[in-house]
Amino acid sequence: MSFDVGQELAPQTFAINRAKLVAYANASGDQNPIHQNEDFAKSVGLENVIAHGMFTMALAGRYVSDVAKGSEKVREFSARFTKPVVVPADTEVELVISAKVSSVEAGLVKIDITALCNEVKVLGMAKATFSV
Amino acid sequence: MLNPDVVGRTFVGAKEFIVSQESITAFALAIGEPNISVAPPTYSISISLAESQSLLQESGLDWTRVVHGDQRFEIHRPIVAGDKIICSSTIESVRVLAGNEIATVRSDLHAGDVLLASSWSTLVVRA
Repeated sequence: MSFDVGQELAPQTFAINRAKLVAYANASGDQNPIHQNEDFAKSVGLENVIAHGMFTMALAGRYVSDVAKGSEKVREFSARFTKPVVVPADTEVELVISAKVSSVEAGLVKIDITALCNEVKVLGMAKATFSV
Repeated sequence: MLNPDVVGRTFVGAKEFIVSQESITAFALAIGEPNISVAPPTYSISISLAESQSLLQESGLDWTRVVHGDQRFEIHRPIVAGDKIICSSTIESVRVLAGNEIATVRSDLHAGDVLLASSWSTLVVRA
Protein backbone atom coordinates (compact mmCIF):
# COMPACT_ATOMS: atom_id res chain seq x y z
CA MET A 1 0.00 0.00 0.00
CA SER A 2 1.27 3.45 -0.82
CA PHE A 3 0.65 6.47 1.35
CA ASP A 4 -0.02 10.06 0.36
CA VAL A 5 0.08 13.21 2.44
CA GLY A 6 -3.42 14.07 3.61
CA GLN A 7 -4.72 10.53 3.11
CA GLU A 8 -7.30 9.47 5.68
CA LEU A 9 -6.74 5.95 7.02
CA ALA A 10 -9.73 3.75 7.78
CA PRO A 11 -10.84 3.78 11.42
CA GLN A 12 -10.81 0.74 13.68
CA THR A 13 -12.94 0.22 16.76
CA PHE A 14 -11.62 -1.47 19.90
CA ALA A 15 -13.93 -2.64 22.66
CA ILE A 16 -12.67 -2.07 26.22
CA ASN A 17 -14.14 -3.80 29.25
CA ARG A 18 -13.04 -4.58 32.79
CA ALA A 19 -11.66 -8.02 31.85
CA LYS A 20 -9.39 -6.40 29.26
CA LEU A 21 -8.11 -3.94 31.86
CA VAL A 22 -7.20 -6.88 34.11
CA ALA A 23 -5.43 -8.63 31.20
CA TYR A 24 -3.50 -5.44 30.39
CA ALA A 25 -2.61 -4.91 34.06
CA ASN A 26 -1.20 -8.43 34.23
CA ALA A 27 0.67 -8.10 30.93
CA SER A 28 2.15 -4.67 31.66
CA GLY A 29 2.69 -5.00 35.40
CA ASP A 30 0.69 -1.83 36.09
CA GLN A 31 -1.59 -3.01 38.90
CA ASN A 32 -2.74 0.43 40.04
CA PRO A 33 -6.21 -0.27 41.57
CA ILE A 34 -7.80 2.75 39.84
CA HIS A 35 -7.83 0.53 36.74
CA GLN A 36 -9.61 -2.41 38.39
CA ASN A 37 -11.32 -1.54 41.64
CA GLU A 38 -14.39 0.67 41.44
CA ASP A 39 -14.51 1.47 45.17
CA PHE A 40 -10.86 2.48 45.14
CA ALA A 41 -11.25 4.59 41.98
CA LYS A 42 -14.19 6.46 43.50
CA SER A 43 -12.32 6.92 46.79
CA VAL A 44 -9.67 8.94 44.96
CA GLY A 45 -12.24 11.13 43.25
CA LEU A 46 -12.65 9.37 39.93
CA GLU A 47 -16.06 8.84 38.34
CA ASN A 48 -15.41 5.12 38.01
CA VAL A 49 -12.66 2.70 37.00
CA ILE A 50 -10.53 4.21 34.23
CA ALA A 51 -8.43 2.47 31.59
CA HIS A 52 -4.66 2.73 31.86
CA GLY A 53 -3.58 5.60 29.62
CA MET A 54 -0.96 3.19 28.34
CA PHE A 55 -3.68 0.65 27.46
CA THR A 56 -5.41 3.25 25.28
CA MET A 57 -2.03 4.08 23.76
CA ALA A 58 -1.25 0.38 23.26
CA LEU A 59 -4.52 -0.03 21.32
CA ALA A 60 -3.58 2.98 19.20
CA GLY A 61 -0.22 1.24 18.77
CA ARG A 62 -2.01 -1.85 17.58
CA TYR A 63 -3.71 0.34 14.97
CA VAL A 64 -0.34 1.76 13.93
CA SER A 65 1.11 -1.77 13.62
CA ASP A 66 -1.84 -2.72 11.37
CA VAL A 67 -1.43 0.35 9.18
CA ALA A 68 2.35 -0.17 9.00
CA LYS A 69 1.86 -3.89 8.25
CA GLY A 70 3.97 -4.97 11.19
CA SER A 71 5.02 -3.80 14.67
CA GLU A 72 8.65 -4.05 13.57
CA LYS A 73 8.13 -1.08 11.20
CA VAL A 74 7.06 1.33 13.92
CA ARG A 75 9.87 3.83 14.67
CA GLU A 76 8.26 6.56 16.76
CA PHE A 77 5.05 6.80 18.67
CA SER A 78 3.87 9.50 21.05
CA ALA A 79 0.68 10.67 22.71
CA ARG A 80 -0.64 12.88 25.46
CA PHE A 81 -3.25 11.51 27.85
CA THR A 82 -5.89 14.21 27.71
CA LYS A 83 -9.09 12.55 28.98
CA PRO A 84 -9.65 9.34 30.92
CA VAL A 85 -11.45 6.38 29.34
CA VAL A 86 -14.09 5.52 31.95
CA VAL A 87 -14.98 1.82 32.04
CA PRO A 88 -18.13 0.98 34.04
CA ALA A 89 -18.74 -2.63 35.14
CA ASP A 90 -20.60 -5.08 32.88
CA THR A 91 -20.32 -2.95 29.79
CA GLU A 92 -18.06 -2.34 26.80
CA VAL A 93 -16.69 1.04 25.92
CA GLU A 94 -15.72 1.70 22.31
CA LEU A 95 -12.43 3.32 21.39
CA VAL A 96 -12.35 4.51 17.79
CA ILE A 97 -8.90 5.07 16.31
CA SER A 98 -8.28 6.75 12.97
CA ALA A 99 -5.36 8.58 11.40
CA LYS A 100 -4.27 10.92 8.65
CA VAL A 101 -0.95 10.87 6.82
CA SER A 102 1.03 14.03 7.60
CA SER A 103 4.30 13.29 5.82
CA VAL A 104 5.87 10.77 3.45
CA GLU A 105 9.62 11.16 3.13
CA ALA A 106 12.69 8.98 2.73
CA GLY A 107 10.80 5.76 3.31
CA LEU A 108 9.14 7.04 6.46
CA VAL A 109 5.44 7.76 6.87
CA LYS A 110 4.19 10.03 9.64
CA ILE A 111 0.59 9.91 10.77
CA ASP A 112 -1.56 11.98 13.11
CA ILE A 113 -3.80 9.73 15.16
CA THR A 114 -7.25 10.45 16.57
CA ALA A 115 -8.59 8.37 19.46
CA LEU A 116 -12.24 8.90 20.36
CA CYS A 117 -14.29 7.48 23.19
CA ASN A 118 -17.94 8.57 23.23
CA GLU A 119 -16.97 11.22 20.69
CA VAL A 120 -14.40 12.71 23.09
CA LYS A 121 -10.71 12.84 22.19
CA VAL A 122 -8.85 10.80 24.78
CA LEU A 123 -5.36 11.17 23.29
CA GLY A 124 -3.81 14.47 22.28
CA MET A 125 -0.94 15.10 19.87
CA ALA A 126 -0.90 11.39 19.02
CA LYS A 127 1.63 10.74 16.28
CA ALA A 128 3.51 7.82 14.84
CA THR A 129 6.27 7.24 12.32
CA PHE A 130 6.76 3.97 10.48
CA SER A 131 8.93 2.71 7.69
CA VAL A 132 7.61 1.48 4.35
CA MET B 1 8.22 17.71 46.26
CA LEU B 2 11.17 16.97 44.02
CA ASN B 3 14.29 18.99 44.52
CA PRO B 4 15.41 20.58 41.20
CA ASP B 5 18.88 19.09 41.71
CA VAL B 6 17.48 15.63 40.94
CA VAL B 7 17.49 16.65 37.26
CA GLY B 8 20.11 14.57 35.53
CA ARG B 9 19.93 11.81 38.09
CA THR B 10 20.20 8.41 36.42
CA PHE B 11 19.09 5.08 37.73
CA VAL B 12 20.57 2.09 35.99
CA GLY B 13 18.48 -0.95 36.74
CA ALA B 14 20.55 -3.59 38.47
CA LYS B 15 18.21 -6.19 37.13
CA GLU B 16 18.55 -7.60 33.67
CA PHE B 17 15.13 -8.23 32.12
CA ILE B 18 15.11 -11.36 30.07
CA VAL B 19 12.25 -10.98 27.62
CA SER B 20 10.16 -14.13 27.50
CA GLN B 21 7.90 -15.17 24.65
CA GLU B 22 5.14 -15.54 27.28
CA SER B 23 5.42 -11.86 28.23
CA ILE B 24 5.27 -10.74 24.58
CA THR B 25 2.33 -13.07 23.93
CA ALA B 26 0.46 -11.82 27.03
CA PHE B 27 0.99 -8.19 26.02
CA ALA B 28 -0.07 -8.89 22.42
CA LEU B 29 -3.15 -10.83 23.57
CA ALA B 30 -4.16 -8.00 25.92
CA ILE B 31 -4.36 -5.62 22.95
CA GLY B 32 -5.63 -8.13 20.39
CA GLU B 33 -2.41 -8.15 18.38
CA PRO B 34 -2.08 -11.41 16.43
CA ASN B 35 1.64 -11.03 15.59
CA ILE B 36 3.76 -12.29 18.47
CA SER B 37 7.08 -12.59 16.62
CA VAL B 38 8.14 -9.16 17.91
CA ALA B 39 6.95 -7.11 20.88
CA PRO B 40 4.22 -4.52 20.23
CA PRO B 41 5.54 -0.92 20.00
CA THR B 42 4.54 0.02 23.56
CA TYR B 43 5.68 -3.23 25.20
CA SER B 44 8.80 -1.57 26.64
CA ILE B 45 6.62 0.41 29.07
CA SER B 46 6.26 -2.81 31.06
CA ILE B 47 9.99 -2.50 31.81
CA SER B 48 10.54 1.25 31.87
CA LEU B 49 7.62 2.46 33.97
CA ALA B 50 8.63 0.43 37.02
CA GLU B 51 12.20 1.75 36.65
CA SER B 52 10.94 5.34 36.40
CA GLN B 53 8.81 4.75 39.48
CA SER B 54 11.84 3.50 41.47
CA LEU B 55 13.89 6.51 40.39
CA LEU B 56 11.22 9.08 41.24
CA GLN B 57 10.30 7.48 44.54
CA GLU B 58 13.95 7.44 45.57
CA SER B 59 14.07 11.11 44.61
CA GLY B 60 11.20 11.93 46.95
CA LEU B 61 8.15 11.90 44.73
CA ASP B 62 4.76 10.73 46.03
CA TRP B 63 3.89 8.02 43.48
CA THR B 64 0.31 7.64 44.75
CA ARG B 65 -0.51 11.07 43.33
CA VAL B 66 1.09 10.49 39.95
CA VAL B 67 -0.82 10.54 36.69
CA HIS B 68 0.72 9.83 33.32
CA GLY B 69 0.79 13.03 31.27
CA ASP B 70 2.32 11.91 28.02
CA GLN B 71 4.50 9.22 26.54
CA ARG B 72 6.89 8.99 23.61
CA PHE B 73 8.81 6.06 22.15
CA GLU B 74 11.70 5.95 19.72
CA ILE B 75 12.21 2.39 18.56
CA HIS B 76 15.49 1.41 16.94
CA ARG B 77 14.88 -2.29 16.71
CA PRO B 78 11.90 -4.27 17.95
CA ILE B 79 12.18 -6.23 21.18
CA VAL B 80 12.08 -10.00 20.68
CA ALA B 81 11.98 -12.99 22.99
CA GLY B 82 15.39 -13.73 24.48
CA ASP B 83 16.52 -10.10 24.62
CA LYS B 84 18.43 -9.34 27.80
CA ILE B 85 17.59 -5.76 28.59
CA ILE B 86 19.13 -3.26 30.95
CA CYS B 87 17.02 -0.15 31.47
CA SER B 88 18.59 3.14 32.55
CA SER B 89 16.31 5.98 33.52
CA THR B 90 17.21 9.67 33.83
CA ILE B 91 15.15 12.54 35.20
CA GLU B 92 15.40 15.02 32.31
CA SER B 93 13.31 17.82 33.75
CA VAL B 94 11.22 18.86 36.71
CA ARG B 95 8.86 21.82 36.63
CA VAL B 96 5.78 23.10 38.38
CA LEU B 97 2.69 24.08 36.40
CA ALA B 98 -0.50 25.33 38.07
CA GLY B 99 0.71 23.84 41.35
CA ASN B 100 1.28 20.41 39.80
CA GLU B 101 4.78 19.02 39.74
CA ILE B 102 5.75 17.61 36.36
CA ALA B 103 8.72 15.31 35.82
CA THR B 104 9.99 13.94 32.53
CA VAL B 105 11.92 10.69 32.74
CA ARG B 106 13.86 9.22 29.84
CA SER B 107 14.47 5.49 29.76
CA ASP B 108 17.01 3.83 27.49
CA LEU B 109 16.71 0.12 26.91
CA HIS B 110 19.90 -1.62 25.87
CA ALA B 111 20.55 -5.21 24.91
CA GLY B 112 24.32 -5.39 25.31
CA ASP B 113 25.70 -2.41 23.37
CA VAL B 114 22.61 -2.08 21.20
CA LEU B 115 20.11 0.67 22.02
CA LEU B 116 16.73 -0.93 21.31
CA ALA B 117 14.49 1.93 22.32
CA SER B 118 14.32 5.19 24.20
CA SER B 119 11.15 6.39 25.81
CA TRP B 120 10.06 9.55 27.59
CA SER B 121 7.36 9.54 30.25
CA THR B 122 5.92 12.76 31.57
CA LEU B 123 4.49 12.18 35.01
CA VAL B 124 2.31 14.71 36.75
CA VAL B 125 2.03 14.81 40.53
CA ARG B 126 -1.41 16.16 41.32
CA ALA B 127 -1.27 18.98 43.86
